[in-house]
Amino acid sequence: MSVSMLDAQERSGEHPSSGLGAYTRDYLARVRGGNMGALPAVLGLLTLVVAFSVARPEFVTAGNLANLLHQGAAVTVIAMGLVFVLLLGEIDLSAGFASGVCASVLAVLLTNFGLPWYVAVLGAIATGAAIGLVIGLLVAKLGIPSFVVTLAAFLAFQGAVLLLMKGGTIVAVDDPTIKKINFDGRFTPLQGWVLYGVTIAGTLALHLWRRYSRVRHGLAADPRSVIALRVMTVAVLLGAAVWTLNLERSKNDAISQRGVPMVVAILGLLLWLCTFVLNRTAFGRHVYAVGGNREASRRAGIHVDAIRIAVFVICSTMAAVGGIVAASRDASVNPNTGGSNVLLYAVGAAVIGGTSLFGGKGRVLNAVLGGAVVAVIENGMGLMEFSPGTKYVVTGVVLLLAAGIDAVTRRRAAAAGLR
Amino acid sequence: MAETPLLEIRGLSKSFGPVQVLRDVDFQVYAGQVTALVGDNGAGKSTLVKCVGGIYSIDAGEYLYEGRPVSVHGPRDAAALGVEIVYQDLALCDNLDIVQNMFLGREIRRGLVLDDITMEQRAAETLASLSVRTVASVRQPVSSLSGGQRQTVAIAKAVLWNNRIVILDEPNAALGVAQTAQVLELVRRLADNGLAVVLISHNMNDVFAVADRIAALYLGQMAAQVRATDVTHSQVVELITTGRSGELGLRGQGATV
Repeated sequence: MSVSMLDAQERSGEHPSSGLGAYTRDYLARVRGGNMGALPAVLGLLTLVVAFSVARPEFVTAGNLANLLHQGAAVTVIAMGLVFVLLLGEIDLSAGFASGVCASVLAVLLTNFGLPWYVAVLGAIATGAAIGLVIGLLVAKLGIPSFVVTLAAFLAFQGAVLLLMKGGTIVAVDDPTIKKINFDGRFTPLQGWVLYGVTIAGTLALHLWRRYSRVRHGLAADPRSVIALRVMTVAVLLGAAVWTLNLERSKNDAISQRGVPMVVAILGLLLWLCTFVLNRTAFGRHVYAVGGNREASRRAGIHVDAIRIAVFVICSTMAAVGGIVAASRDASVNPNTGGSNVLLYAVGAAVIGGTSLFGGKGRVLNAVLGGAVVAVIENGMGLMEFSPGTKYVVTGVVLLLAAGIDAVTRRRAAAAGLR
Repeated sequence: MAETPLLEIRGLSKSFGPVQVLRDVDFQVYAGQVTALVGDNGAGKSTLVKCVGGIYSIDAGEYLYEGRPVSVHGPRDAAALGVEIVYQDLALCDNLDIVQNMFLGREIRRGLVLDDITMEQRAAETLASLSVRTVASVRQPVSSLSGGQRQTVAIAKAVLWNNRIVILDEPNAALGVAQTAQVLELVRRLADNGLAVVLISHNMNDVFAVADRIAALYLGQMAAQVRATDVTHSQVVELITTGRSGELGLRGQGATV
């Protein structure tokens, strides 16, 4: 029996938490070793928020915060789906226009065929899944590089949107349920606080339960202080957001506009779902494995092709959800829905959030953080009345910066033996 | 040897098109022993191992497991018999941690959810049973491990599933002196725990350090299978390079090279 191995176990059994200090040292060592995770995105977000708040005080108003959420929601949802594809080291350039196609399907089913909203939503999501299946089959079974397949799809979908829209008209989406998603759906202030309470209590309970079951089995667990700090940070940030969003933001006395937008709940739910799939299921584990070493995964008996197809299905399905969110925000669909910079913003969001373009590394939460960075740049620079040209250039530079950080940390990590 | 080999190959032949890679090869593997498989490049070591592992189908020959003939038509059949090959290039995922790698493709689940706690405990137990004291935490990513530690994880992975035959394809090819010693110690311990171990190696020092028996392949034929204590260094080298050495080895052929 190994002495030191048992030692380590006993030690961890007796004192599972080696304290906040050790945890911090550990974390700093990881960061220095090149495993920065979401750190650049968080720091970037803080810098941007502070800079814009100083330059334009109206940036921190309730109205603008709500606006920011509505603006960034669609791109963030698409970015969450892209994380799955990026984890395999593949790319889906068609995700933007796939969301456009799905939004068009939604609009046509709702407005031209007069079908109920749930049929239209199902139709849009089924379209997304079918698109993903075709792309996945072409990539995994035929062996065409995903870059080429999705570039072709990018062009074809652009045309498909035009065809569905009958040559470029705007189709209105007037369904009240669809419009609730990301247009005028708000929780009452009380509902907002209840949701907040449930989220925080749930997070705390989950952390404590996980810690309890690890300690009970004699395994090392995060110290209580770290859990407390983590949950408190989330509680303070979310609390401030809920409080701000519960303020009256309507400039017109006749109409009240307060409460957390419903799209926040959708984002939260998708974030939880995707994180659960990636971290807690065998499928998620296999996605990371295939992204890390495809040959090793194959030898371990993982059906690599099935995983590759599945991530494209997930990505396009999430793009469909993003398309619905975008259609809801504009209360209409036009040939440019999901077009122009949507895809680049989504890829940017994922990469800025620390998802590696080389595969194997990344989290869905990071896509949300990256999405926030993109939305803040877009929104803040709009407030400062920069021209669209400047906005694009700045977003491009930020994306390049993020990809640069990814490449550099990979090198550092390789040097530090952390990949 | 009086006891029955755990695994025995008789009269194995294997061709790739017109090229006959293995000719009438006999090969025995015993439980609790390290069998070193040696031979020059192209002698057919890897082909033999892949036939044993079910990756290649065999053209002719018998496959006996505990003395009973069995048919092996694919890697799954071999795995069902408890044969596990640890490849030279390791087949680990750098971005996953030790536990995740050891259970890759065979994760323990409770319903839909991964049972990480049980997996972590079993991984730690397996490493402890092999007296591995070189890894600090089973939760560290494989990318942070040294070559020797990776080899250890790969071998531990093979042991985790109660395999009875572990085949190691040049485990020391890329390792330093200290790490090589660690891995050899581990190889010895596997055999002492009752497993049948096949060690492919080019390094005579390694072979004589741990092997109980030595099987030398020469140009696709089994030149000799001998106890390690019955031969010297130079005899094995002769077997590898010319196919014979004094009384040992192939008759009437090969020696002309």
